Amino acid sequence: MSSVDMIEKAVQSERTSFRQAAKDMDSLTRRPEQRETVGEVRVEDPRVRCNDVNVYYGEKHAVMGVNLDIGRNEVIAMIGPSGCGKSTFLRCLNRMNDTIVGCRVTGQIFMDDQDINASGIDVVPLRAMVGMVFQKPNPFPKSIWENVAFGPRIHGLAHNKAELEEMVVTSLQRAGLWEEVKDRLEQPGTGLSGGQQQRLCIARTIAVGPEVILMDEPCSALDPIATAVIEDLIDELRGHYSIVIVTHSMQQAARVSQRTAYFHLGNLIEVGETTQIFTNPVHKLTEDYITGRFG
Amino acid sequence: MQTSMLIVVLLILSSIAFYLGRRRAFAVARGRARNLHSLPSYYGYYVALWCGLPALLVAGLWFSAEDAIITRMLVDNLPPEVRSLEPGRVDLVLNDIHNLVNGNITSREPDAAMLAAADHYRQLRATSHAALSVVALALAIVAGTFSLTRIRPEHRARNAVERIVMALLIACSSIAILTTVGIVLSVLFESLRFFQTISLFEFLFSPQWSPQTALRADQVGSSGAFGAVPLFAGTLLISFIAMAVAVPIGLLSAIYLSEYAGRRLRASVKPLLEILAGVPTVVYGFFAALVVAPMIRDAGLSLGLDVASESALAAGLVMGIMIIPFVSSLSDDVINAVPQSLRDGAYGLGATRSETVRKVILPAALPGIVGGILLAASRAIGETMIVVMAAGMAANLTANPLEAVTTVTVQIVTLLTGDQEFDSPKTLAAFALGLVLFVVTLLLNIFALHIVRKYREQYE
Repeated sequence: MSSVDMIEKAVQSERTSFRQAAKDMDSLTRRPEQRETVGEVRVEDPRVRCNDVNVYYGEKHAVMGVNLDIGRNEVIAMIGPSGCGKSTFLRCLNRMNDTIVGCRVTGQIFMDDQDINASGIDVVPLRAMVGMVFQKPNPFPKSIWENVAFGPRIHGLAHNKAELEEMVVTSLQRAGLWEEVKDRLEQPGTGLSGGQQQRLCIARTIAVGPEVILMDEPCSALDPIATAVIEDLIDELRGHYSIVIVTHSMQQAARVSQRTAYFHLGNLIEVGETTQIFTNPVHKLTEDYITGRFG
Repeated sequence: MQTSMLIVVLLILSSIAFYLGRRRAFAVARGRARNLHSLPSYYGYYVALWCGLPALLVAGLWFSAEDAIITRMLVDNLPPEVRSLEPGRVDLVLNDIHNLVNGNITSREPDAAMLAAADHYRQLRATSHAALSVVALALAIVAGTFSLTRIRPEHRARNAVERIVMALLIACSSIAILTTVGIVLSVLFESLRFFQTISLFEFLFSPQWSPQTALRADQVGSSGAFGAVPLFAGTLLISFIAMAVAVPIGLLSAIYLSEYAGRRLRASVKPLLEILAGVPTVVYGFFAALVVAPMIRDAGLSLGLDVASESALAAGLVMGIMIIPFVSSLSDDVINAVPQSLRDGAYGLGATRSETVRKVILPAALPGIVGGILLAASRAIGETMIVVMAAGMAANLTANPLEAVTTVTVQIVTLLTGDQEFDSPKTLAAFALGLVLFVVTLLLNIFALHIVRKYREQYE
């Protein structure tokens, strides 16, 4: 046998095993079974209680039977590899999945003993109560002032100009942006830096007076300094709101959250105190993920 | 050699030059393209351009100068009694000689001198063409060979070729600009001739339009009044009606299609709407004249209104239908271009669909929407066919959409069709009308651009 033949054979066998691995991976992702969640999913007096939440994108079962409570005045972090369903689950909480064609949500999500998926529930007050901050800062192409005033206006929260002014100022102060923008409120929000834009989006969200704030990787488009500012802000906001944050940065989850939920292939694998999850994870998959064995 | 033949030969030479250049590049690089500064084909293009461009340029210059020079030589050889004629007569003779050469009909029986001159002309032209072929081919070969010898591995062929390409791009874009300038200037000069007979003030402000000038002193019905006010009023009235139809319908259907309709519906409805833009305007015209106008008249009669059978309303309505696709299709595109993240942001704050559309999407899409509306407006102002057929010719100064009116474009058509003298105010008035129309459209565009810049909300 010539050396060329040998190489060819080696390549061939390498290919077969690679194909086998790809097939295994495929079957894993295509038909992932539902798994039990490890850890305590319930808390006392929850702000939001999710029972058996499933999300389907057409045929794809993206979130599988998630049970989870979100407590009052806590920051809960959702971590997990890309495509694990954490963002999809987050979007269930203010029914943003309604805007996606072909997306179906089952199960109950209780807020004040009211299932938000029940028929006859209006999303407008729901989204006022559950605000959302997105991955990429998305201020409206309007002035800073108009950006913050947008929510109060559409919900008719202010009865006169002075009240609206008051709301805008308070929100900007609470979002830690007031000092930086107070002299240029009439300038476009899109002219701010990335970190400032994201804080403007937070100010815009809290101007509506929500009780829960959903944050979908709020710092992934920001530099470390802007990230640190936002993380400090999240910590302060915890006094007024329940915050659910999806993040790819485990350090960030460890820094800002009190509880952490680990998602894997649509399953909620493990929930627990953040310190426990990061120091002493119970489930093998959680341990593999936080120790960086895959991700 | 014939001109077309010459061009073909030059093209063949250029392609040969391309291969030679590329081969030589390989040769000087000792077969390794990496030793070259540029890719081998750039050396090919370099040689090909050197071979083809100068020769083509010379040929172009030659053709533009040829005729003048040959005519000059011809005149010098004409018999003295012809040369001593006045310039207009000489031109006539020359024209006859041209016609003789080309085998066309001449103004009188050719005499011997003229036949000789025609022969001479033929001869001169043949010599000139032969000389051109020789010069151009020689130039192509010399320039090509010269550039071929310049190929070295370190020669920057890519930079040279790209400079030439850039020059070509600039030349093409300047053609568009120069044509526009040329049209404007020619309209301007003809208009100036018009304004020598009719004062600008009368043209712009007199309310009387009756352009028939009297050929005889006792002719009736020929007042020769050139007040363009009724025309512009008619144009504005009809355009206004058209925009009042097209803007709301177009914009609202664009909003429905982009924000409310499902993907499948959108995919089938949008092309259907765009078909409207493909209907020839003359079809709209007889639709307006034969269907819509009588309908409006009957409807008016049943309401006890006196409606002319040709009315501004009929023309405006049909024109509005015609320009709906301009508004809807362009608006739909710009609305779709508004980033999804802005919609998410609004929905995330609890905005309803209509609030999102009104307060976020429309402001962000405003520049594009105004662009579409402007395009529609200029179509409406410039539209002729529908108005000719449905709105009539009567230059009434009225704001009543139920009466017959006429527009600037319709009057330009009636002024210039048929047998016309090109130095009477009647014909020149068409140029003046065109000029004012152009200025009005320009001002409209500038104004709209200003508005857009002031109110737009830029999302990038």
